[in-house]
Amino acid sequence: MALQSLDIQRRSATTTASPGARRTPEVAKLIDVSKCIGCKACQAACMEWNDLRDDIGVTAGSYDNPRDLNENAWTVMRFAEVEPEKDKLQWLIRKDGCMHCADPGCLKACPAPGAVIQYRNGIVDFHEESCIGCGYCVTGCPFNIPRLSRKDGKAYKCTLCSDRVMVGLEPACVKTCPTGALVFGTKEDMMHHAAGRVADLKRRGFAKAGIYDPQGVGGTHVLYVLQHADRPGLYCGLPADPTIGPAVALWKGAAKPLASFALAMVAVGAFFHYVVKGPNEVSKEIEKEFEDEKRPR
Amino acid sequence: MKNDPDKLLRYTPYERANHWLSALTFILLALSGLVFFHPAFYPLSQLFGGGVWARILHPFIGVLMTISFGIMFLNYRKLNRMTPTDWRWLGQVRNMVDGDDRNMPEAGKFNGGQKMLFWLLVASMALLVLSGIVIWRAYFSFLFPAVVIRLASVVHAVSATIMIALIIFHGYAALWTKESINAMLSGQVRRAWAKQHHPGWFRQVTGGDK
Repeated sequence: MALQSLDIQRRSATTTASPGARRTPEVAKLIDVSKCIGCKACQAACMEWNDLRDDIGVTAGSYDNPRDLNENAWTVMRFAEVEPEKDKLQWLIRKDGCMHCADPGCLKACPAPGAVIQYRNGIVDFHEESCIGCGYCVTGCPFNIPRLSRKDGKAYKCTLCSDRVMVGLEPACVKTCPTGALVFGTKEDMMHHAAGRVADLKRRGFAKAGIYDPQGVGGTHVLYVLQHADRPGLYCGLPADPTIGPAVALWKGAAKPLASFALAMVAVGAFFHYVVKGPNEVSKEIEKEFEDEKRPR
Repeated sequence: MKNDPDKLLRYTPYERANHWLSALTFILLALSGLVFFHPAFYPLSQLFGGGVWARILHPFIGVLMTISFGIMFLNYRKLNRMTPTDWRWLGQVRNMVDGDDRNMPEAGKFNGGQKMLFWLLVASMALLVLSGIVIWRAYFSFLFPAVVIRLASVVHAVSATIMIALIIFHGYAALWTKESINAMLSGQVRRAWAKQHHPGWFRQVTGGDK
């Protein structure tokens, strides 16, 4: 889409600037876990809008269905039965999917130019036609979100309905949520709304309620309101402090341009060694020795 | 090719074929691997029919090289045992680089530098194979946790960089030392060449005292 190209902030495997003339406000989807009833309408809406149908799976004794994200399931509800305090059972239901990081590990890791796009509004999108199926996005993601399809070898994940948002609509999951657990708007508005929700939860006895907007990845464009923001791990292993990580930073950071330069220097150095020192030939003395031997006596 | 009495057989046809199989697969691996290394090299993917084909082919070529290189390792591991002379050779490598080999300790079939290169290549290759299995998404990655895959990605990139540097060095050393390339192409080297560069080996194969 020609207009979409104006709104690109960053492209994978691209070392030059993206078009920067146009500014758009940052958007965010707010997932208020305390309002979620686990109805999975958002999952159904996601499949509807994106025309995805997963194969029928098997139950594993929990409400998680499908059991994990896959190329046809870009969002799944994860059900946790936990006791944050002893003998106080809570059912924490978290809608899992791409967090649309401000500093996306998938985009950093991706070697295919333009396969991962970050729009100026904060949405991180996969362009599957450029995807080469290496799975580096899976390696780079601190939330374990992208999934490689076994059928076509392409990586898939939530688009935050970039196609809907571009034309001023809210994502399909937000549109369908019956309880108002999902809200969509500018990130600023969502932070404001979330702060109100946190204050409400604190009044209701959730002293550690808070907003999940992890700064280790520069903040995210999917926010959670958590009852127990001090322990994100309770929510089916939501990482407490997600970061791109030292290994990925080393792998995809300054090391590679430096290594490329070093390799070039080895080749150039070898060439100049030859130019300066000349070839390593058999010495005159030894040549003469064998010449003499060959002469008929 | 008839045996030339003035020449010595350095590598058998089978050794030469296997060496070049390793060399060709290595070149293909380096070119396709660089595609994923840095965007500057992404255009190399066109040599393989695009990024997807580069991604599909790279590990299979890797399997081929693993077999070929593995055979070379088995063939040459005994010949590459470091001796005290080899360590002394390495100690004086500055003179060699300067182009003055008159006082270098006597080299056998391989000199200390070649042996060191051999072991560094073996180490790089071992790391590449192990990390390569971990990051081969189509067949193996699902067996490993994310941290291991991340570590393997770094190990693969680092050892590949080292191996490419070593091979550039190896290729240069072969071009710099005139006539060396014949040993790997026709298998034969001149007696004078052997005496000059590998006197220990020369004495051994000629059985003489020259």
